[in-house]
Amino acid sequence: MDYLKQDLASLHADLVAKKYSAKELTQQTFANIKATDPQVDAFLHLNEDEALAQADQIDAAGISEDQPLAGIPMALKDNLVTKNVTTTAGSKILGNFKPVYDATVVQKLANAQMISVGKTNLDEFAMGSSTENSAFKTTKNAWDHTKVPGGSSGGSAAAVAAGMVPATLGSDTGGSIRQPASFNGVVGMKPTYGRVSRWGLIAFGSSLDAIGPMTRTVKDNALMLSAIAGHDQHDLTSSDKAVPNYAADLTAATSVKGLRIGLPKEFLGDGIADDVKQAILAAADTYRKLGATVDEVSLPHNKYGVAAYYIIASSEASSNLQRFDGIRYGYRAQDVKNLEDVYVKSRSEGFGEEVKRRIMLGTFSLSAGFYDAYFLKAARVRTVILNDFKAILKDHDFIMGPVTPTTAFGIGEEITDPMTMYMNDILTIPVNLAGLPGLSLPAGFSKGLPIGMQLIGRPFDESTLYQAGYAFEQNTEFHTKVPTLGGHN
Amino acid sequence: MANRINREQVQHVAELAKLEFTDTQLDALTPQLDDIIGLFESLSEVDTTGVEPTSSVTDQINVMRDDVADNWGQSAALLKNAPDAERGYIKVPAIIDESED
Repeated sequence: MDYLKQDLASLHADLVAKKYSAKELTQQTFANIKATDPQVDAFLHLNEDEALAQADQIDAAGISEDQPLAGIPMALKDNLVTKNVTTTAGSKILGNFKPVYDATVVQKLANAQMISVGKTNLDEFAMGSSTENSAFKTTKNAWDHTKVPGGSSGGSAAAVAAGMVPATLGSDTGGSIRQPASFNGVVGMKPTYGRVSRWGLIAFGSSLDAIGPMTRTVKDNALMLSAIAGHDQHDLTSSDKAVPNYAADLTAATSVKGLRIGLPKEFLGDGIADDVKQAILAAADTYRKLGATVDEVSLPHNKYGVAAYYIIASSEASSNLQRFDGIRYGYRAQDVKNLEDVYVKSRSEGFGEEVKRRIMLGTFSLSAGFYDAYFLKAARVRTVILNDFKAILKDHDFIMGPVTPTTAFGIGEEITDPMTMYMNDILTIPVNLAGLPGLSLPAGFSKGLPIGMQLIGRPFDESTLYQAGYAFEQNTEFHTKVPTLGGHN
Repeated sequence: MANRINREQVQHVAELAKLEFTDTQLDALTPQLDDIIGLFESLSEVDTTGVEPTSSVTDQINVMRDDVADNWGQSAALLKNAPDAERGYIKVPAIIDESED
């Protein structure tokens, strides 16, 4: 088997035909990770013993045709809690934290009999766009180890791109699935807010957070989303809308003929690199050739998204991260004189620089005298941005554009300048503010680095995005390109 | 520097957030926060007269469920995560500063 050549359906077919067992597949996956990960540093933790034991059980029970994911290895971003398995959120403050329950998505994948091989690296508490904010290691871009993998789900993206696992889960608060997917040439879906239960996702911005799959193909992604989506009584913002079998709609007959696509002029404006712009214009031509209409549209308030987001997300984070106080779990500072010291010193020593910066921004935005001018204003601008999207999606089936203004930047290049780093997410953030689904898929290459395309849909219309992504994939070859890595090729 | 936030205000916000910074850290953080708050102020260009704030985009309203107690039976595992525990309780330092006794 080779995850850079096989999709989930072909792995499933091989398992059903007993070409290899789930155990052999899992052993091969660990061998591959051990050969490849020293160069990529995508993983924080591997569960080899547990994974092999689970594979044995699955083999003993047998895999039938109606279990499309059974026996297939996958990996989880390390901000998803896993029972008895260390879960750090990339932070020193949770360095030795062993959760007592599994996140809903983890339970759902276990019910589908997928095999979790380990936890992937991320920016601390999912705050960042390069995975350089991890307290533990810096993950490398699968295509060029001197470049960042993007973030915050950089480990999950690089693990798929490097062929170490066929699928991973990530989380996306302002672009954290789509941007690393784009930088690594893989497919990443941020579903509609509420489509997937957030229970067991270590909270960052609760009104923005979404969990979604990262895979090599659109169809693989669709299979994974059907497995993790759905209502959960533990997350009262999760939707009770029925979950479609997204992959069933992806066939030779899948077409974009007659669809209306909006291409916002702001998505190709100032600050967007020429190579990215050219790839998106070429993708628009591909859609036209396939029978869709592509209109120029406008998201006039897009440029305010970053400001509104950093107020809202940081405010929610400052509240969510109050629980890390050195008392019940996680890091506790030594050399303390009283309880107040435990709080202040544990937090100050346990959190990294970027997390503290966001807590400060959030605390400031919510503080007496500033709440109306900052938090409330941002919440009103959020409505304005949401209305811009609604206006376009009223008569367009979806919106297309780039995922990021540039291809992957160099490790160390932007980490000292928070403002430059924040601007990376100017094209993904508005989608979280509006709660819409956003799909990132490969749409080109420049100087050996992948360029991603973003498709943005109506609430709960992931189906149209998958169909449009699938139709694009069937008519282009970007998704077939794989990085050159030691141990591979 | 436009001085939207000064060093004393940063210090005050840090106290609210239960964080502490060294002088060197404050020197670096103050202008960074000032820059970012400058970006926040660009929102004043957007006319939001009569616009309601959005705090959540969920379609779920007033979700009800039965109030049923559930014993997870995991107090030992939970206590294992505590930095310090004794006889089934989480242990913390004295609330009052001991050095002032």
